[in-house]
Amino acid sequence: MITHNVGATVYGVILNDTVSLQKIGTLDAAPYQGAPQAPALYIKPANTRAAGGATVTLPRGATTVEVGATLGLVIGSAAARLDAANALEAVCGVVLAADLSLPHASYYRPAIREKCFDGSLPISEVLPLPDLSTLVITTEIDGALVDSRSLADLIRPPAQLLADVSEFMTLAAGEVLLVGVRYQAPQAGEGSRVRLSAAGVGSLEFSIAAEKIAADTGVKS
Amino acid sequence: MKRGRIAYQGAIHQVTQAADRRVRLADGRLLNESEVSWLPPVVPGTIFALGLNYADHARELAFKPPEVPLIFLKGPNTLLGHCAKTRRPADATYMHYECELAVVIGKTGYQVAKADALDLVAGYTVANDYAIRDYLENYYRPNLRVKNRDGCTPIGPWLVDRDDVPNPMALKLTTRVNDQVTQQGTTADMIFDVATLIEYLTSFMTLNPGDIILTGTPEGLADVKAGDIVETEIENVCNLQNTIVDDRRFFAHSEKRS
Repeated sequence: MITHNVGATVYGVILNDTVSLQKIGTLDAAPYQGAPQAPALYIKPANTRAAGGATVTLPRGATTVEVGATLGLVIGSAAARLDAANALEAVCGVVLAADLSLPHASYYRPAIREKCFDGSLPISEVLPLPDLSTLVITTEIDGALVDSRSLADLIRPPAQLLADVSEFMTLAAGEVLLVGVRYQAPQAGEGSRVRLSAAGVGSLEFSIAAEKIAADTGVKS
Repeated sequence: MKRGRIAYQGAIHQVTQAADRRVRLADGRLLNESEVSWLPPVVPGTIFALGLNYADHARELAFKPPEVPLIFLKGPNTLLGHCAKTRRPADATYMHYECELAVVIGKTGYQVAKADALDLVAGYTVANDYAIRDYLENYYRPNLRVKNRDGCTPIGPWLVDRDDVPNPMALKLTTRVNDQVTQQGTTADMIFDVATLIEYLTSFMTLNPGDIILTGTPEGLADVKAGDIVETEIENVCNLQNTIVDDRRFFAHSEKRS
């Protein structure tokens, strides 16, 4: 069994599915001035990792969070300048992931507070690589089905995404590349219980809570 | 104390600065700086970088100074040690250096008040956060294709203990390309100072030992070409050297994955 290195960097991509591109609308005007050419990436750092069953506390001032249901490709061997034809050979497994973001409608500037607060990436254990082309991920919030997405509508399917990302950066073993999140994904609030599932992969559950209590704060040695 | 990391004779060593441009291994051996391979001075955790954190640089790029810190993240693939080579891709027309004070975190902290923020700092080093402006796009800008390239962020050579830099907000920054001064500034001109950045980041996320904050660069950008030797120096911290290479040299001997 592969053990996931929870300290490794997780990369993600936006605007990689047709539904999100339709929802965000025209990209010709400011600030975007054109559709993205290279994959539009972001980083989820080590502090964002949370395990299944976790309670994720929102940062001060936040009351709702977008739940970006996605799948992560776990890199098995250093991946650079891959060809799409054999890019998946660098992948040793997948993780089901909930990329949590404080709601932000604009993708113009990096969304660090919105995407990098502690616990903002609940993630499953590493699972064997399924057939990605037909995979469907569903999101339930407090028992109600709020989203169901198929990876069949990705603009860059996993192999192409790996090729285009590894053109300019090396993905190291243990790092993860999330294949994309919905623009303005469904929102959960304080007290919500969230469940992601994908047939043939598994499920991931977590809950959302209010701001951390004061005892957790300050400088520690 | 100045601490570094090197590769020497098949092993990785933590070293300290010794007299006469030498490094001291933990076992007491002294080596000339020229005979070691420099590694980034710390194994990185999360790497943060600041955009537009000097008012003069913001003006230079025709941007209004930001009202909250403009922060982006970088992966560990970007870092490179002292005296290494950075690739300039063949299709780049404007690749510029950025001399930056790098703050290395030494303790864990969450919701740290500005007055306590420097308690979190282990020390300081120098980073050169190259950007290739040809690849700029307006999605989470500056986007990763500009700022997350392999080996485009040399850092080091020394991590200088926090207490040896009594005022990090009054340090002169200098960049030289082939011995010509091209960039000069002072950390006094930062829009968001080190303590403010730590207070801001820890308002929503935990900082951990090994995390690094690159605090931005002042004005004075210039294109660099293959063969250029780029020195980024911060007063009382260290002088970081890097050489630009073109694709022909970088990929001189290579084959695709089979």
